[in-house]
Amino acid sequence: MDLRLSEEYQALQAEVRAFIAKFGDRSPKVGGGRKKPDQKTLDWQKILVEHGYAGRTIPKQYGGFGAEPDVMAAAVIAEEFARAEVYAGLTNQGISMLVPTLLEVGTDKQKEDYIGPTIRGEMIWCQGYSEPGNGSDLANAQTRAELKDGNWIVNGQKIWTSSAHYADMMFLLCRTEPEKSKHEGLSYLLLSMNSPGLDRRPLTTMTGRNEFNEVFFTDVKVPEDQIVLGRGKGWYVANVTLKHERLMIGDAGKMNARLEQLIRLCQSSEIDGRPIITMPEYRDRLLKLQGEVIAWKAHNLRLLTEAAQGAESGVKRMIIKYGGTMLGWRLSSLAIDALGAAGLPYETLGEDAEADDATTWNIDYMYDVGLMIGGGSTNIQKNIIGERGLDLPREPKVQNASAIGRG
Amino acid sequence: MEFALTLEQRQFDDSLRAFLKDRLPMERLRALAPAGIGFDDDLWNGMLELGLQGLLVPERFGGAGLGILDAAVAGEALGYAAAPIPFAGSIVMASLAFMNSATESQQDEYLPQLAGGEARFAVAFAGLAGQTGASKATYADGRLSGRVAAVMDAGSATHFIVYLADGTAAVVEANAAGVSSHMHRSLDRTRPTVDVTFDNAPAARLDAANDPMAAAKRVLDAGRIMLAADTLGAAQNMLDKAVAFAKERVQFGRVIGSFQGVKHPLADCVTMLEPCRGMVWYAAHAQDMIREEARLTACHTKAHLSDVGREVARMTTETHGGMGFTDLLGLHYWFKRISFNRQLLGGPEICREEAAALQGWLTHA
Repeated sequence: MDLRLSEEYQALQAEVRAFIAKFGDRSPKVGGGRKKPDQKTLDWQKILVEHGYAGRTIPKQYGGFGAEPDVMAAAVIAEEFARAEVYAGLTNQGISMLVPTLLEVGTDKQKEDYIGPTIRGEMIWCQGYSEPGNGSDLANAQTRAELKDGNWIVNGQKIWTSSAHYADMMFLLCRTEPEKSKHEGLSYLLLSMNSPGLDRRPLTTMTGRNEFNEVFFTDVKVPEDQIVLGRGKGWYVANVTLKHERLMIGDAGKMNARLEQLIRLCQSSEIDGRPIITMPEYRDRLLKLQGEVIAWKAHNLRLLTEAAQGAESGVKRMIIKYGGTMLGWRLSSLAIDALGAAGLPYETLGEDAEADDATTWNIDYMYDVGLMIGGGSTNIQKNIIGERGLDLPREPKVQNASAIGRG
Repeated sequence: MEFALTLEQRQFDDSLRAFLKDRLPMERLRALAPAGIGFDDDLWNGMLELGLQGLLVPERFGGAGLGILDAAVAGEALGYAAAPIPFAGSIVMASLAFMNSATESQQDEYLPQLAGGEARFAVAFAGLAGQTGASKATYADGRLSGRVAAVMDAGSATHFIVYLADGTAAVVEANAAGVSSHMHRSLDRTRPTVDVTFDNAPAARLDAANDPMAAAKRVLDAGRIMLAADTLGAAQNMLDKAVAFAKERVQFGRVIGSFQGVKHPLADCVTMLEPCRGMVWYAAHAQDMIREEARLTACHTKAHLSDVGREVARMTTETHGGMGFTDLLGLHYWFKRISFNRQLLGGPEICREEAAALQGWLTHA
């Protein structure tokens, strides 16, 4: 056990600190859920890419910084940004999921066309996975695409499509081989959100903002070469994408930064002249959360060490999504309680503006619930932890499930 | 940066666990339970061969000179086995007491006996530890008087180390004139509590520390981390048993582990418990290497493990259904071990209160 950074990483740490000291005041505000990047965010993203703090491991030929993958370096950078409460760059589905997928299985042209603009934040992607009839059962996608005269003709519907109301592109999981089995009948297409016949209808969420959408396809044409890897390979590609999602390490630095913000809030928020941190009921909640964050940070150090050694972390990693979203939500819960009645005024100033502190905490408090549901809901996570992590038996298969599902 | 156990630490852990698995099967645990003294010659001597007693003792006094993290690894293994071995007190806290507060000649006198397993020093606090029960002791002119309640790891003690209100300590032989101890079999039959009265008992004072109170707190913190590590091991054992049971037991024509009503609570247990291992390691490592975080992480680790341990103990017992509530399975030994650990050296409420005080949160202006 040695928690000191090697000289190489100490140098990197110093470099990041110097960068933040020089440019940090240009950073947009941290928190408040995901929204369309405004000009400030795009300018900041550009600076990050230039300095290798975004798109760090993307090859230079595709617009990245060209560094070798290094989880420890990534952790040092993330830690410094979190400590300084500076925005660490865009983390949308294009950047965290599509780009690594294209690097692994995309054609040269796909890489050239899409990776650079995506990491700079100029091209926003949405993920066409979920459908009204398949939330957690992803492979049951029914949106069809038929090849006619050099184009895929797409018909069907997607739902819960985050960012689709402002996205430029979609990566779409659809059924191209209906005669084949559930998993082998899928393909993975890349298409413009401005394609004729594509209709996006934003769904307003409980935060009051449009976080996601329904997307309808009526004879939408997608050029034949916009397929990734080939016909019937969609399930494989989708799993490559999910693998990259799973490789993301739970961000303990962000959790710690949120705790620090919460401590300051509990020190500054008062009831009848008394800081609430001096009141035992509030203080005890804060202390319990501090203990949990200490445990979470230590757990992340374990995962980071194992990742750097190339070891499989098994159940230790599987608990991250469930445990992390719950802990994040408990932090934001105490924050809105510390704000109390004075924190109830709520104005989301549209998607291009930064909200006030109370509104931002309230957005986080609600958005955290969304995070528990999205990307494999909490109950699905518990199944994964139980079945893959603890090797407990799966639910018995329901007889004739497809007949029930398709009603 | 490497946050992991070394090969040597893992090998030590493996050998400890293999020994305990072999020498402390359930029937042996049951046989030792009625007496409830928390000690067994066979186990103690076996531990001696593995080098447990001298783990922290510097090499020049016959020990291995290892750190609190090594001790925490052992603590988890002992909790996993519910071992009746006076480890936290007589091995970890006693070693630190001498290393932190004794003169060189006192160290020379006591540490070799400790490392050699001949002497077992129970460590008691007259008021610092945050325990219920009246404890008060005073030292004057080589004599100790007073009473300490619910001393842990004292069922087979040859000596007592009693921490006084000023952070210095006094060493007293258990069979000296003026010492009378009363052992209680505790809820946890693998370890007793002992009330001790001193009436002008001959005592040697440990007052060589520059900052006696800080030295005393280091002993307390290490003890708290050992109890947290013990709870971690005990809770992990209960979870392993519950998972195994859920894979075998059939109801309604299905293995019960396939029901989400059983599977999800077990997923909750592992989600709570697994980060606790990193927490225990971190807090233990901080005692030796990150002094500025040592007190805070020790308080939080004792508090958090107490709470997680309680949840895991309840949920895994429920997984076993009626059998979990019986004596037949013996699951209750671990349930009670976790309960015992929670109450000794300060429960979560006291530990968090200390954490608040450390950060100036009690009277924040």
